[in-house]
Order: sequence, then C-alpha cells, then structure tokens
Amino acid sequence: MTVRHIVGASVPRKEGWDKVTGAARYVDDMVLPGMLHGATVRSTIGRGKIKQIHFGPGVDWNEYVVVSAKDIPGKNCISLILDDQPCLASEFVNHPEEPILLLAHPDRPKLRKAVEAVSIEYDPLPALHTIEESERQSTIIWGSDNTFKTFLVEKGDVDAVWKEAAHIVEGEYLTGAQEQLYIENNGVIAAFGPKSGVTVWGSLQCPYYVHKALMTLFALPEEKVRVVQMETGGAFGGKEEYPSMIAGHAALLAMKSGRPVKIVYDRMEDMAATTKRHPSRTRHRTAVDRHGRILGGEIEFTIDGGAYATLSSVVLSRGTIHAGGPYYWPNVRIRTKAVATNTPPHGAFRGFGAPQSLFAMERHMDRIAQVVGISPVEVRRRNFLKSGQTTTTEQTIKENIDLDRLLKRALELSDYAAKKKRFAEKNKAGTHRKGIGIAAFLHGAGFTGSGERYLNSLVGAEAGADGTVRVLVSSAEFGQGTNTVLCQIAAEALGLPYENVSIAQPDTTVVPNSGPTVASRTAMIVGKLVQSAARGIKETLTKTGLLHDDYSPEQFCAGCKEYIATHGALKSYARYQAPPDVYWDDEKYRGEAYAAFAWAVYVAEVTVDLTTYSVTVDDFVALQEVGRVLHPVLAEGQITGGVAQAIGFALYENVVWQDGRMMNNQMTNYIMPASMDLPPIRVFFEENGNVHGAHGAKGIGELPMDGPAPAIVNAVEDATGVRFCSIPLLPEDLFETVRPEFNEQVVFPLARGTS
Amino acid sequence: MNPSPAASTKCEFSFTVNGEAKNVLAHPMERLLEVLRNDLGLTGAKEGCGEGECGSCSVLLDDMLVNSCLIPIAQANGTSVVTIEGMSAHSLMKPLQESFLECGGAQCGICTPGMILAAAHLLDKKLDPTLADIREGLAGNLCRCTGYMQIFEAVAKAARGRAAP
Repeated sequence: MTVRHIVGASVPRKEGWDKVTGAARYVDDMVLPGMLHGATVRSTIGRGKIKQIHFGPGVDWNEYVVVSAKDIPGKNCISLILDDQPCLASEFVNHPEEPILLLAHPDRPKLRKAVEAVSIEYDPLPALHTIEESERQSTIIWGSDNTFKTFLVEKGDVDAVWKEAAHIVEGEYLTGAQEQLYIENNGVIAAFGPKSGVTVWGSLQCPYYVHKALMTLFALPEEKVRVVQMETGGAFGGKEEYPSMIAGHAALLAMKSGRPVKIVYDRMEDMAATTKRHPSRTRHRTAVDRHGRILGGEIEFTIDGGAYATLSSVVLSRGTIHAGGPYYWPNVRIRTKAVATNTPPHGAFRGFGAPQSLFAMERHMDRIAQVVGISPVEVRRRNFLKSGQTTTTEQTIKENIDLDRLLKRALELSDYAAKKKRFAEKNKAGTHRKGIGIAAFLHGAGFTGSGERYLNSLVGAEAGADGTVRVLVSSAEFGQGTNTVLCQIAAEALGLPYENVSIAQPDTTVVPNSGPTVASRTAMIVGKLVQSAARGIKETLTKTGLLHDDYSPEQFCAGCKEYIATHGALKSYARYQAPPDVYWDDEKYRGEAYAAFAWAVYVAEVTVDLTTYSVTVDDFVALQEVGRVLHPVLAEGQITGGVAQAIGFALYENVVWQDGRMMNNQMTNYIMPASMDLPPIRVFFEENGNVHGAHGAKGIGELPMDGPAPAIVNAVEDATGVRFCSIPLLPEDLFETVRPEFNEQVVFPLARGTS
Repeated sequence: MNPSPAASTKCEFSFTVNGEAKNVLAHPMERLLEVLRNDLGLTGAKEGCGEGECGSCSVLLDDMLVNSCLIPIAQANGTSVVTIEGMSAHSLMKPLQESFLECGGAQCGICTPGMILAAAHLLDKKLDPTLADIREGLAGNLCRCTGYMQIFEAVAKAARGRAAP
C-alpha cells in the first residue's frame, strides 16, 4: 500500500498546533540560568569620527559588562559579501544608529538607563542622504565613487532604434524605503564556553549566514560555532542578514561576561536600526512603433544601499534582471547601480529589488499606452514575451507560457472591461472616483545566475528505527510553510503518511547547509533535494534487500529497524546539481538568469475619495502561474500576505527620514494594513509544470510583492487622470495634485526624496 | 517605549490568572505583559510593539480584550486575567484553533495567540458575525503574514460550526 497525493493536498501545518495554542517557543520565550540582558549604544549622528566616550554619573558601571570593538577576537566585520560593515564602530561612524558599544546587565530596566547615560563626542563629517546627493560625489563616503556595484545589460543595438521610433516615451519612477515589520522583533540569545565556543539561538532565516559571520568575528573554526533557529515570528528578508549582527553582539557580551546573554530589540530600536527595502529610482526611455510595440529602450535603475555594501549588489542584480518585465525587448540597455548614503544599510525584503524595477516598468507600460493611444491591455498584449523568445539577458524562454491567456483570464475574473466602462461614466460627477489598473510581471525563482552553483546546497534525510523519517535542512520556517512543504515532499517520495515525516529544528550541529531561506528557492530547489535525499533512503533499503516494491509503512519500518541494527544510522544526502543546459556569464550579465520564472497578472480596483484624498482598494484579483501548487492553502496564504504587504508599499508605508534616521519608528506612525484596510484579495493559480522544481513547483513567496503597487497606481491614474510616479502614494500627494475641477493631466512632481 | 522603573519599590499584587489566584511582587507600573511572561512563565502573549498597536499581547481582563503591554500591574490588581494558555476550557477554543489550522490563519504564529483570543472574544459577543463584524473585531490585531483573508475565513468557519445543529 502506498499513500498518495500528499503533495498538492492542504495537510496540517507541521508546527501549527503549537502556534494556535501559544506553546510555540520564540527566542524571547526562552530563559537560560544566569542570563543577562544585552543592549546596544548607537551613534546619534550620520557620519563622523568618534572622539570620546563618556560613561555618565548616576550609574554604577561596575555592575555592567561593557564591550567595545577592542574586545572582538577576530575580524571586526559582519562577514557577508564584501565584509565592509563593522560589528562595532571603533573610529568612525557612517550612519545613525550604528552600534558602538554593548552593555549587559541582569536587569533590563537598569540597562536602558545605562544606555542613556553613555554619551559620545564626535567630529562630524559631511553626510549624504539621497541617491542624488550620493551621485554628485561632493563628498566620498564609500570606495572611490560612492558606488557599491554597477551592472550593464546590453542586448541588440539600442542606439539604432531611436530613428525608427514612432514614439519615444520617457519616465522617471521612485519607490520609497519599506520596513519589513515582522511582528516579532529581532532577537537572539548567545552563550560562550572556552571549549564549546559560541552558541546562538535566534530569530533568523539563514543559520549558516550567522554561522559564517560568527566564525569570522571570533576567529573560530566551524565546529566551535553553533547556530540554532528558534520559532521565528515573521522575517520577509528582514532576518536574512541582520541576525548576524545581533548574534555577534550577544556572543561578544556572552564571551566577556561568561554568562548567556539575551538581546531582544524593542520595536523602536528594530525599526530605526535594522534593514529596510532599498529606495529606488528608475528612468525609462523607450522607442516604440506606431502600434505600441517596443523597439528598444534604455533603463537606468538606481538603489540607495545605505552606508555599507551588505546585500545591495545582489538586490541590484535581481532588480536589474526584472527591470524589463515580462516583455520582449529586441534591443535594450540596462544600466544599474547601488549607491552609498549615510543611512542604516538597506537590505533584503521580499522581492529583493524586483518590486522596485517592476513598479517602474508597469507604470511605464501604461504611459506608453497613453502616448500611442492604445489601451493598457493592448500595449501589454503586443509586447508579451512568448515561448522561444529571449529575455533582456538573452535567456530563451523554454517553458510553455501564454501570457495572453493569463491576461485574458485576469480581465475576466476582475470583470475589467465592464468596470472600466462603468467607472468612466460614473467619474463624470461626484466626490468619489473609481479606477481599475493592471500589472503583468514575472519573478525568477532561486539564486540568480550561477548563484545556486556557488551555494552548492546539501540536504539530508534520516530514518529512525520506528520507521519515521526526519528531514535535515537549514532552510527555516518563519511562516511561509517550509516545514510542511518539505515534509510533504519527503513523505510523497517515500510513500509514507505525512505524519511519519518530521523536520529537524535548524541547528548547525544537526543539519547540513541547504542554503539560505531566501529568493523563493525553498520549495523549488531545496524541495527537489529533499525528494532526492528521501529517495536515497528508499534505495538504500531496497539495495540491501530490506525493502521491496509496493511496501507498507509497517514494512518500511521493519526495514529501517533491521538496517539500523546491522549498519547503524540510516541517512541519505543530496547535493545540488546544476541543470546541464544552464549558461550564465557573470561578466556580461547574460544567459539563464533563473531556472524558472513565475508569471502573473494582477488587477486592482480603487476608489479615490476627493474629500479625504484617500485611496481605497476595493477589489484585488491575483492570478499567477507558479508551476505545481504543492499546498493550496499555504500557497494562497503566500499570495494574500504578499499582496497585503504590497498594498502597504503602495499606499500606506512611508518611512520619514531626517538626516538618515527613521523618525517614525513606531507602529503608531508607520502604518501597515490592518484588517479593515484591505479589499477581498482573490487568488487564482494556473499550474504549468516546471522541470527544475520538486513536483514541478516554482518559487512563490516573493512574486506577490511585485505587482500590486503598479496595478494600484495605474488604477489611481485611471480614476483621477493624474500620472503619479512615486510610492508610497499618500493622501497628501493626492491633495496637492488632484482637484475635483481638474481637467488635464498633471505630472506629479517628484517631491519626496528617496532617503 | 517600555519603561519599567527600577525594582526598588516593589509592592504585592493579587489577581486571578487563568482561574488561579496569584500574588506577585512587582513595581506598580510594571506591565501586565511582563508579569505574565517573566514572573508567571505564561509566554503565549507576545510583545510586538509595546505601545498597544499590534495586539499580539492580547489577554482578557475581566472579560475585556486588552493589550497587556498597556496595563500596569497595579491596574490588574483584583481582576481576573485569562491568557491563551487559560483558554483551553473555552468551548470556542478548539473549533477556532482547528479552523485557523485548516484555513491557513496562522503563518509565523506570533500574532496568533492574540488573534485567536480576539476572535473568541468576538464570537462570545456575536453569535453570527458578518464579515464586517469580523474585520472590526480583529482590527486591533495586526498580522504581517496572511493579509488577513484566511483569518477571516477561519473565524467565519468557527462561527458557522457553532451555529450548525
């Protein structure tokens, strides 16, 4: 007897019961004997030289453990890509909220007073706060030109297209910073022993990123560093690279004090000091023929990376590759760069550069439609990529895609045509304007280009004598369903009931490095490896004659028991193997950027209230092709959650900057969507198999972040006739430009800086 | 945001937690959330924002849904507090927990205890809530993962289950 159809069924979330009963253990729920609390003293200025540190009166400093850069046994950096970010600033600070000193004490309230009692004298240096300031290079704050990374993608001969063009369409588009706003703040507990080395328990996405950073910081070999992921209360990229910083801090305090140390940020510290989505600026100049077909174009995409390189180069890479959207460009030149400013480093956030460049592309498509005099639907239809054509990086689309059909279905599901007509009629009078907008887009799954080859991920599966199987991966669960989906895949591969398969808590002493939990790669790439590792167990049993075809779970159990009694542990590992036909040129940025793309068309319906100038999204249709849906309920939850975050990105979430510091670092004045703010989010899937993914799955997690913002702003333009090019689009922006008496198009002045 | 003044002036407070009488020694302005989590080991209520915005620290205080991060322990003196851990006896609890699991109402889980408490509180007041009632009843509980749709569905399903004969 074989159990079938576990993949594709909405089985219960593995850790679900613990979550609904409140029993799930997050890092702040954990207490170790003798544990101290740690806190961070941070810079109050954007850039300068540290002159002197004063420990103020009224505090008995003997009670406190104090750590500075001098206490770091290894290299003072957060090891990631360029190793340019210090763990603790020693001589210079380069952004507000930069960590300088660490304090620990058994009593948290006393710790806060002590942080306030430390004052630091600086010689201030000139600071830069926007992309434009950084580009002017009036002062150099990073490297020789304030630039972390540039990319150039060239296809065909762009310079030849301008003279053939019926129209040349230009536009500039801006997106703001966005806070991940996971409900559980960043937090870790660290312990140190002379023999055992460093152990960290934390809220994090990538155990082996933290592991690598701690090895460098402490100059310890890999076996002397242990990282354990606790239940993690949301991440969205915000716990991709930052946990290495906070883990380093807690571990330094633990080493100096000889006691375990917990650092859990409060909301204000988390929002002010940790990473956010990169602000961006995109410029399009596009040559189109009289039918609205793209002949070629230039795209300039620039992101604000903040003070250190961190992940900006890879965020830029993804933004670059997605900049051309799901369209065919016979000729294109894409120039992109990540620049330095004196703000806390911007970092990973769901979508990773793609929501920024796709916002521009999808707003620009509506602009092209207007200039040519065709509908937003038609301009997309005429330019969609087709199977066999190449992307901007000259990747041939091998999968069988039909974006025309996807668009048609999205229009039907949203009743687009009828609504468009009805709204145009209704908008002639009254104080409410209605509009409907679309966005078509794609999202590449897995690491870009050669990335998966470098990651070289390893996955394990281990069978017990009781016939259960445990999946061994460093891929973390933080809400998206990693535990559940990977167990489903293993159970299906082994023909076992879902209940007989579990997953190990990510602990670097127990699980191999299956790569970071990022880039929509877990279900597709790690899933495929889980499938192979699980099959390896079955093969081992079959080869040793302990299992025959068409076995029952009981027979599997008997086989495991006998194998383990004779040979010891029954484990199987699978390592990533790059598909043979994948070619990528890192120098020219050309080739197969991703093993698979997910495709989508989203439709937003909005009301603009001309009395309050607020925008309400009334209906939202999200139609996507994501390969095989492994778990319908989890998949739908990824889409609704992503759409909600992207509605926030478009309409609510405004980071207010002053001299590089976030001023509204509270949930009270940084507004994310609440239960009353969202429309019905209606989710639909098309399923085309993908040969590279487990059971034909592609990535899904980031996709829904890409499309809603342009769809919504396109809808606002449909409602008001005003060409907004910048998000977040707030009531005050509408107030300045939309008047009930307006009668011609106004281009919204690009007033809000990106930093 | 979370000032808990020095522990020098602690007083004794008595209140009922999940049906059991408790005495704690605490500064009067110490937050109920901290007393529950640190002194009583009830970690189901979570701190998300510390300023009453996110609702992940929700508990019931004399049958009112409150943010325990905003309640000084002095104010909880003499009251009856129920946390997620104490809700297992509530007739709505199992149906709600099951419908949250089935419908995808819990992703990362950090808002879930508060969300389920808020849902139970709503269903206690409204026998047959509309979608608008559910949206309003959960308006004080932020969720960053789900976009709320599957939470609404879970609450509606639990309500329907109760209405069914």
